[in-house]
Amino acid sequence: MNRRTLLGATAATAILAATGAFAAAHGPLKVGFIYVGPVGDGGWTYEHDQARQKLLAHFGDKIETVYQESVPEGADAERVMTQMALSGVKLIFTTSFGYMDPTINVAAKFPDVKFEHATGYKTADNVAVYSARFYEGRAIQGHIAGRMTKTNKIGYIASFPIPEVIRGINSAFIHAKKANPDVQFNVIWAYTWFDPAKEADAAKALIEQGADVILQHTDSTAPQAAAQAAGNVITFGQASDMGEYAPSPRVSSIIDNWAPYYIARTQAVIDGTWQSANTWDGIGAGMVGIGEITDAVHEDVKAEALALKDSIASGAYHPFTGPLNKQDGSAWLAEGEVADDGTLAGMDFYVEGVTGTIPN
Amino acid sequence: MSVIRLERRAAPSRFWSVATPILAVALTMIAGGVMFALLGKDPVAAIRTIFWDPLFNTQFAAYSRPQLLVKAGPLILIAIGLSLGFRAGVWNIGAEGQYIIGAICGAAVGLAFYPADLWIVFPLMVIAGALGGWAWAMIPGLLRTRFNTNEILVSLLLVYVAEQILASMALGLLRNPEGGGFPGSRNLQQYAAASNPELIAGTGMHWGVVAAFIAVIFAYVLLTRHITGFHIRLAGQSPRAARFAGVNPARLVLLCLGVSGALAGMAGLFEVTGPAGQISIDFNVGYGFTAIIVAFLGRLHPVGILLAGLLMALTYIGGELAQFMLGLPAAAIQAFQGMLLFFLLAVDVMTNYRIRFGRGAAT
Repeated sequence: MNRRTLLGATAATAILAATGAFAAAHGPLKVGFIYVGPVGDGGWTYEHDQARQKLLAHFGDKIETVYQESVPEGADAERVMTQMALSGVKLIFTTSFGYMDPTINVAAKFPDVKFEHATGYKTADNVAVYSARFYEGRAIQGHIAGRMTKTNKIGYIASFPIPEVIRGINSAFIHAKKANPDVQFNVIWAYTWFDPAKEADAAKALIEQGADVILQHTDSTAPQAAAQAAGNVITFGQASDMGEYAPSPRVSSIIDNWAPYYIARTQAVIDGTWQSANTWDGIGAGMVGIGEITDAVHEDVKAEALALKDSIASGAYHPFTGPLNKQDGSAWLAEGEVADDGTLAGMDFYVEGVTGTIPN
Repeated sequence: MSVIRLERRAAPSRFWSVATPILAVALTMIAGGVMFALLGKDPVAAIRTIFWDPLFNTQFAAYSRPQLLVKAGPLILIAIGLSLGFRAGVWNIGAEGQYIIGAICGAAVGLAFYPADLWIVFPLMVIAGALGGWAWAMIPGLLRTRFNTNEILVSLLLVYVAEQILASMALGLLRNPEGGGFPGSRNLQQYAAASNPELIAGTGMHWGVVAAFIAVIFAYVLLTRHITGFHIRLAGQSPRAARFAGVNPARLVLLCLGVSGALAGMAGLFEVTGPAGQISIDFNVGYGFTAIIVAFLGRLHPVGILLAGLLMALTYIGGELAQFMLGLPAAAIQAFQGMLLFFLLAVDVMTNYRIRFGRGAAT
């Protein structure tokens, strides 16, 4: 690795020095991060910043990193990116969906700066997009939830009705239903990614309605606290491990692990091999981590969950495998058919069996 | 036996009413510098990055200077409207909500015409934006004049209602049908008839900035030359005298709320068609609240507001630079901006009171 890095970097430097493409090639590569929340949010932004620190630890003094937290999506993001690019940053990770158009606009002005936009779909010669197949983790959650529930009622705190969230609900539901045909999902839309008070209210409402498993697609630990207070309710960590609530109510978690991707992409810029791409990695590539399944989960269930994880990681099993119908009963996937990425990326429907409608 | 005493002035000091904002900025720099030093950062470098680099740094300034106008434009436009009400004792705290509703109404009109390429589209959107903001401000206005409710509370709470409507619009009615199911409207920057681009490339001047400058001039003329301006000032200084002078308080409340709402709505419209580009869930970034600080920092005077808006924009843009160049946390920059308001209010006492040192006769 080190030797290749060195050779690659030397070659890149030689080429760049020869063409005089940019003078900064001699100094450390500057890598910038734009965060939508504070680095201490304990969820989404926290994990991106953890990855930044791992990136720094990996490359040492070969790179410098800069970041800006709590950047509003829109005009402010565009200015922050522009100023970063002007200050000599050559690789910028923009870590929220709402940065999509600003990223494309700024990238057009700085063709020699590489941009990496998380969770979007617009690419350009110098803009790559990346996201994680969190629905793979949802499948495992769904399985555990289906097997663990005694009331057969599972509460789901959703954030916004966008494909990412709908995909998660569907994946969790499909696997909960497989484990327990009587299971019912109750979805509450919180219309926020991070609002401890709202999330706590949602969790309490779900528990009052009889749910003894709470799944969340919001980033705070408030639902965990609400479940703990209620007792006999289990939860799953979201975005980060939320291990402070283990072994119960938190019985497992979905962990965003961006470090391997960030290291690979930074390496590519150093090597001069960076190319625009659309990356969507899951458990197999290590982008989605499954937090330790605690002893609060019965051994058999834990073994099943781990087997499911392994089969997803190896590619042997896809969480969206037919036969599956849409909520309205129309056919979606035939027996053995696997959902294509396009449909998954734009998913705007529930699968059969989920009750309620997607708000519009 | 106090050593320092406050003595009320017969009339507010003209000198101190000009000097206090400058003193407040100076005190903010000192206290902010101490805070930055405690965070382990070089205070001189931090202050220089915030106040100097956006204007004169050779790497950024050519880009940052026009950005000052982009950032200050909506602040000034909203603050001018608010200042009229604040002078008359009408407290519109909900400009953020009027800003949101103005943007939604204006954008909705534009999107309804999509993709027709007519020159009339943008002017109609501006009118719709102003009407939207005006209508949203009329809710606290009518509730106050009819039922004597407190416009501070009503206008503030309507901000949260507006935010919910915004989220619903971004996810529903105004969602881009070609956006792959993601939230957010079409990008108006890419729809020429409805966009509000830079009027001269590289200057940051868009219609919103022009409107802000016009509002400054208009407010100045209104307050110094027009009878309505006199009524506004009179109502604030002496409500009783105003009633004797024939000022209709209900009309004045509706006028002040209506004007501030319409200006906030226009600010939202210019923002959504220009720098922001689209209706999204997080479209609003607090201009309506920051404008309250700008209005007071500018002493509720149109020219003062113009300068205060530019200063506030400078702390935003410089603050961003300080964040990623020096690694200052975002919260430290917000605290720094908060200090500005704190010191302004603290030294404001100088305008109305004289400080006496030494033992006084009283107490």
